[in-house]
Amino acid sequence: MITIYSAKKIITMNPARPVVSHVAVRGGRIVGAGSLEELKRWGDHNLDDRFADKVLMPGLVEGHAHTMEGTLWRHVYCGFFDRMDPDGKMWGGAKTKDAVLDRLKQADAAMADVDAPLPGWQLDPIYFDNERVSRADLDKVSTTRPIGVLHASGHIMNVNSKALELAGLLKHGINHPGVPLGSDGFPTGELKGPDIMTPVGIHVGFDRDMLACDERGLRDFGKLCVRAGVTTVTDLAARLKDEAADMMIKVTAEPNYPARVVPLRFFQGLTPQELIDHAASLKKKSTDRLRLGMIKIVADGSIQGFSARMRFPGYFNGAPNGLWYVPPEQLLETYELALKRGLHVHTHTNGDEATQLAIEMMEKALIKHPTPDHRYTLQHCQLADAAQFRRMAKLGMCVNLFANHHFYWGDEHYNLTVGPERAERMNACRTALANGLPMAIHSDAPITPLGPMFTAWCAVNRITASGRVQGEYEKISVDDALYAITLGAAYTLKLDGEVGSIEAGKHADFAVLEDDPTEIGGDKLKDVRVWGTVQAGRIFEAAALSA
Amino acid sequence: MLPITIIGGYLGAGKTTVVNHLLRNADGVRLAILVNEFGSLPIDADLIEAQDEDIISIAGGCVCCSYGNDLTLALMDLAKLDPAPDHVVLEASGVALPGAIAASVSLLQGYTLDGIIVLTDVETVMEQASDVYIGDTIERQLIDADLVVLNKTDLISDDELQGVSKWMRDKAPRAETICSRHGAVAPAILLQSFLSQDRGDLMLPAHDADVLKSQAFTIEEAVDVEKLAEGLASRDLGLLRAKGFVDPIVGVRCAIQVVGRRWSVEDASPDAPLGLVTIGRQSTFDETAILSLISESAL
Ligand SMILES: [Zn+2]
Repeated sequence: MITIYSAKKIITMNPARPVVSHVAVRGGRIVGAGSLEELKRWGDHNLDDRFADKVLMPGLVEGHAHTMEGTLWRHVYCGFFDRMDPDGKMWGGAKTKDAVLDRLKQADAAMADVDAPLPGWQLDPIYFDNERVSRADLDKVSTTRPIGVLHASGHIMNVNSKALELAGLLKHGINHPGVPLGSDGFPTGELKGPDIMTPVGIHVGFDRDMLACDERGLRDFGKLCVRAGVTTVTDLAARLKDEAADMMIKVTAEPNYPARVVPLRFFQGLTPQELIDHAASLKKKSTDRLRLGMIKIVADGSIQGFSARMRFPGYFNGAPNGLWYVPPEQLLETYELALKRGLHVHTHTNGDEATQLAIEMMEKALIKHPTPDHRYTLQHCQLADAAQFRRMAKLGMCVNLFANHHFYWGDEHYNLTVGPERAERMNACRTALANGLPMAIHSDAPITPLGPMFTAWCAVNRITASGRVQGEYEKISVDDALYAITLGAAYTLKLDGEVGSIEAGKHADFAVLEDDPTEIGGDKLKDVRVWGTVQAGRIFEAAALSA
Repeated sequence: MLPITIIGGYLGAGKTTVVNHLLRNADGVRLAILVNEFGSLPIDADLIEAQDEDIISIAGGCVCCSYGNDLTLALMDLAKLDPAPDHVVLEASGVALPGAIAASVSLLQGYTLDGIIVLTDVETVMEQASDVYIGDTIERQLIDADLVVLNKTDLISDDELQGVSKWMRDKAPRAETICSRHGAVAPAILLQSFLSQDRGDLMLPAHDADVLKSQAFTIEEAVDVEKLAEGLASRDLGLLRAKGFVDPIVGVRCAIQVVGRRWSVEDASPDAPLGLVTIGRQSTFDETAILSLISESAL
């Protein structure tokens, strides 16, 4: 039986009929989008008016997120900005160091076992004048339980004395650039870089595999998707060992799982051949709601961690060039093997030198294995210049720019990491589009919150956390931004034939909105209220999600 | 404390061959090899006894495990192995900076750094060092090396080798260099665990014996241990490696470890045999200088 939904407005992203009043759905697919008169001619149907006062858009597509955000919400939220948890509770931002400590104290008081670890996340001292959270500060919360708070960047953690003690680091004589020492010669409790965070992190309650997401985390992540209007989402770096892949297949197959998840196999720890073989075997296990078989490579580090690979003139503060996470030869070999096997690769590049390397290796691989429509995508690609975008377009590549980053760390980049000129062209959406490059924009949740409407707002306004417009020229229109969070992102996943627009034949995936993003004004895009989603014809109301 | 040696170097430098050579000549020393990906370390098939997902058992009680997920966690797991290995060899990935890995290892409980060895392919290393993408990585690998192995010397002329050696003194200022043809470096040079004064002067493999020299020294009097260790690591002596047990005061025994310019002094069991064993180059080995250092260090 066909259900025909009426809505205040349906924004289809199909340029041939951009706005319609009704959409007809059968078996989770769209039968048609048009007027009631048109759709009635399909025959027997139910007319469903529940969305009569809502605006429907294609279900939003987040092309770069990590399901681990679902797991992180079991830790204490210490972020500066307000953020909603999977159960819909809005956590106010902790605006001062004391507010962070108070929140940890509350969590401490609520725990029965005085020795149990207390992990927190999303701390970002740059918003309170870089005042650091020291071991002594966290000792005021507890001296008996290990406490560790992960920074928003994911690259730094602050821990208390107990945590250092358990990790054997509460001692003199430590000589390590990632472990600053206090005037007493003991570590301050700040730990920089994964090499140091991991061995201490396991004592404060973080998982051994920080990228991992468990069953409950994946379900919670699904709820976050509903709240953000997202119906298709990536898990951009998963190891996908058998148990993990089976768990994801099982959870996403649950009758009420609300999103289509696209996990990419993380390259690390495997040779190119092993990686390709594993991705190919995963691909065969794909289901409608778990799309396996794609690959993620990380070429360099991060800009704010000074580990991104930069071309001339390098870092603004004179820091040495960053780190490669993959040798050029291995990148090339992976591209070659993947092209040959018809597998789809996304590559993380932050610095423009990493982007240049990926482009050059891509060109070599394509000359050896010419491949129509490969859509290999550079993720973040934050510092790419116009020439790089032009070349990427010619090579048939795509880009997924980190629009949210510009808001959260744009001031930092302007003042410290890359300086004014390059900070203004970071995540250059307009230049990418002007050069014909298929483009998505992303949150990299949990690094920044999942919420494509916010991401679109970032790309349209280019406002930084301090309220400055940074890079006026690179602003894009609301229409372009809405395209980027629907068809644009779907295209980078080769799912644009299935999702990303509301038209006959596609999955019945809708974002159900209280406000009209095309009318509310570009400066208010982030305020568009999300009622929930429809995913493959199943209706998910955010307010009705069970805790 | 579990000694750990970090073997770095870019792709193609011969890390895999060196590691296989070590395993083949383990001679009772229980090695644990850590690699970040198995595929890049094709352990010679005849050495492999058994294999599960993350660990390969190797003839002679050695193991090999992958740190595909996380290096520090793999090292922590390895430290818990029972029976414990005698020595851990960490093969760093081609773009890793061994100095940075050493800094991280220094924070782990139960480990002591034996040395940083960087392998280079003499035919390509200078070209790699000027590569626009990886040049600075190559240089940052070399600058922290204690020992640089100039590998594949059979592929270039003597003149070319001289050029590379001279260049290397600049790029790896802290390191001693040794030449190798097919990654066949005497285990005693690479890992202190192979250097034992029980055996007196070390028997070096024939192809090394004409360029390298090993000599043992007896030291029975109490010595200033740090002075001795520092002296043994001086550039003037140019020793590749030294290891020994000496007493700073009667009844207290210390272990001295030297590799290139790096030296360390640690407490040792009172049963450890007194004395010192050294490895240097045949051409520059200065027995007299070592002897006078020993007597100057006497308390
Ligand atoms: Zn990411």
